[in-house]
Amino acid sequence: MKYSDDVVDHYNNPRNVGSFGKDEEDVGTGIVGAPECGDVMKLQLKIDNGVIVDAKFKTFGCGSAIASSSLATEWVKGKTLDEAMTIKNTEIVNTLHLPPVKIHCSVLAEDAIKAAIEDYKKRNGE
Amino acid sequence: MNLPIYMDNHSTTQVDPRVVEEMIPYFTAHFGNAASRNHSFGWDADKAVEVGRERLAKIIHADPKEIIFTSGATESNNLALKGVVEMYAEKGNHIITQVTEHRSVLDTSKRLEKSGINVTYLPVDRDGLVDPEDVRDAITDRTVLISVMLVNNEIGVIQPVEEIGKIAKEKGVLFHCDATQGIGKVKVDVQSMGIDLLSFTAHKLYGPKGTGALYVRRKSPRVRLAPMMDGGGHERGMRSGTLNVPGIVGFGKACEIAMEVMEEESARLLYLRERLRKGMMDSLESVYLNGHPTRRMPGNLNLSFAYVEGESMLMGLKEIALSSGSACTSATLEPSYVLQALGISGELAHSSVRFGLGRFNTEEEVDYVIGRVIETVNRLREMSPLYEMVKEGINLKDVTWGKH
Repeated sequence: MKYSDDVVDHYNNPRNVGSFGKDEEDVGTGIVGAPECGDVMKLQLKIDNGVIVDAKFKTFGCGSAIASSSLATEWVKGKTLDEAMTIKNTEIVNTLHLPPVKIHCSVLAEDAIKAAIEDYKKRNGE
Repeated sequence: MNLPIYMDNHSTTQVDPRVVEEMIPYFTAHFGNAASRNHSFGWDADKAVEVGRERLAKIIHADPKEIIFTSGATESNNLALKGVVEMYAEKGNHIITQVTEHRSVLDTSKRLEKSGINVTYLPVDRDGLVDPEDVRDAITDRTVLISVMLVNNEIGVIQPVEEIGKIAKEKGVLFHCDATQGIGKVKVDVQSMGIDLLSFTAHKLYGPKGTGALYVRRKSPRVRLAPMMDGGGHERGMRSGTLNVPGIVGFGKACEIAMEVMEEESARLLYLRERLRKGMMDSLESVYLNGHPTRRMPGNLNLSFAYVEGESMLMGLKEIALSSGSACTSATLEPSYVLQALGISGELAHSSVRFGLGRFNTEEEVDYVIGRVIETVNRLREMSPLYEMVKEGINLKDVTWGKH
């Protein structure tokens, strides 16, 4: 498969690879996908006063999955939780120029954002 | 050493320059139609075709009259299955094949099923091999054909063709073998292997694309086939259509070279493959070999690099041509059906990479590939949540994963 320049760029220079401590109070962790399906994304958000101040990811998946999660970490930074919840997979598709067979990668990235926010809310009693 | 490196020789091969050289006059000076009986252009073309036919026959130990030229192995497989089923419809309506066959056998079988043919798909073991006794048990008095490949295109394992051929003879059932990946790499003898029909193609053994052949036994038993192409009655009426003379010349030359160099080349490829395998496995943990460790074609290496997805690996190795069993290389999102048939988990099937070594690969290239694979796997594992979890002592099987 031919990749768009944007996917190649994120694959070669992924933004915000890494992990925060899962038990840190101000961190929300979202793990989505399954190894059997060939994609697992872990997205972590560091939240201060309802605003996402930092984000990190690790992804097992194809180049488009890595690029989608890398892009997601860039986009969520500086957003409030409500704003981050509105990020749509179609925006990721358009920005990275993902072909139809890779749309599921963008869906997974959107799901990861939501799962991380839910995790944060649950752990902080909201 | 030049980049990019081609290490995908199960997909296709570079045409050997000696083959090209022999083909060229048949585009220009000797461009005749081999079916033209009344002038020297036709005679020259026909003569060249017959030389090709003899060379093909020799590499499989057959009679030249038993070689039918086609456009490639896909056509040969289609012709063998559909042609036998139609011709022997009165004798029966059952065929036997196995789950790791090439798509051109499996999809042909599925089409035949739609027209009322019963198909038995035999399983393979953990190493990718068919049990010949399963073949015996599957035969009924309605069975007209057994179709089992020689060498698998993904994992390179060599099926027990000789044993299956014996059972087929014993039971009086025709035996077709798709030998596309094996010809010129492993010894093939249609007599001692009991093969009645055999498919192969030029471009897997350093010949041109678009030229294939089907061996059709003429004696004990005489195999008859219903043609799929109607027309001028070429190739004993089994495959009409003007012969691809330059292609056939090249196919013949490729077979001749292969016979000459097979022994030496196999030893060299085996050495390179083992160097490649050890080089990567010595430096990387959690790397698994797919398919039987020794009963496999010398140039094939199929490995799963746990915690790293195959397509992302190939993306990181962009100057090296390889292939992956990852779903992301297909439109279906399903990983390799061959690896799944071996009982390999979806995760490891997604992490598989096929290295296909061939005549033109060098030791220098192998060493380069080792280094780049190690670097890429390490980089991607640092990015892999699975690797991180395993390092933390989590058993991935105990995790409740989502669906998507």
